[in-house]
Amino acid sequence: MRALLEGRGDLLLVTGLGSTTYDAAAVGDDDRNFYLWGAMGAAAMVGLGLAIAQPERRVLVVTGDGEMLMGLGALATIGVERPPNLAIVVFDNGHYGETGMQPSHTEARVSLGGVARACGIAAVFDIADDAALGEFAKRLSHFDRTIFAGIAIHADEPPRVLPSRDGVHLKNRFRRALGVE
Amino acid sequence: MKQSALSSEPDWRDEIFAALKAAEIRQIGYVPDAGHTRLIELCRADPAIRAVGLTSEEEGVGLAAGAWLGGQRAALLMQSSGVGNCINMLSLAKSCRFPLTLLITMRGEWGEFNPWQVPMGTKTQAALELMDVLVYRVERSEEAGETVTAALDIAFNGGLVTAVLLAQRLLGAKRWVK
Repeated sequence: MRALLEGRGDLLLVTGLGSTTYDAAAVGDDDRNFYLWGAMGAAAMVGLGLAIAQPERRVLVVTGDGEMLMGLGALATIGVERPPNLAIVVFDNGHYGETGMQPSHTEARVSLGGVARACGIAAVFDIADDAALGEFAKRLSHFDRTIFAGIAIHADEPPRVLPSRDGVHLKNRFRRALGVE
Repeated sequence: MKQSALSSEPDWRDEIFAALKAAEIRQIGYVPDAGHTRLIELCRADPAIRAVGLTSEEEGVGLAAGAWLGGQRAALLMQSSGVGNCINMLSLAKSCRFPLTLLITMRGEWGEFNPWQVPMGTKTQAALELMDVLVYRVERSEEAGETVTAALDIAFNGGLVTAVLLAQRLLGAKRWVK
């Protein structure tokens, strides 16, 4: 997460229910972060609505494999809309870290990058090491078409940093940061 | 907008569209639906509206939340069967007080041919109200525009989720044999 958000510029961030919300908070809380604490499966769609509403800004969605699996249809919808300012990144540890590390479908054989490609998202990255991650992170400041990246991560449970769970607060501060409140 | 590009004649659906325009709705999430056909066509033909086809209605709740975060207003078009798909997602709108209006064509009531539509159709209003959605119902075509206007007003003035149920009697029963 830190590699992705270093020098984030004016990037807007949406994180999915679970570890990606904690990871983003651990890197540093920011008014331009919208953390989901529920609505499992919604992260990519929140990113789509935001990317359409703010065509001049780049939008980064970071979520986990379990959260993405619950909203797979969103990849089909995004594959049709293809906003040029939307990047979806899945931290894929192959497990449901929030509920006791049960294996997810990606641990078995499902490829989220493969799904994204099949949905018509042309720029798909399968990232498995730090070098590739570093190269990918550089793209986040200047990409100009819809991106999907699956980033393989280890299944562990580092200490959690919990951001605010007050949804109204998170919403209002995000809108104020964008000047639309 | 070219009227000739549309497949049906102007009617009360145009008044709903006018209400959406007056409320400055900029994103429409929809799942294809016979009762909403003309409204979907009107939205798709309007350059100021981004009409996003969804694979499932629940995607629309996320879409609308993202739209509002980015300063745009969104509304969703769906059939009563789709309400069941949205229930958990409505916790997103409720927890964050995202404003949202759902326009719902009813199935499973007057003139329904398909009994599989009945279980969700008869529980649509109760399911929405369990999630604290404000529900309005339209039985007569002349009420459609003003009811949608009222639903949009209270949603966006109050940070609430509202729904307008368009009765099956208003829509006309689906013709299965042509």
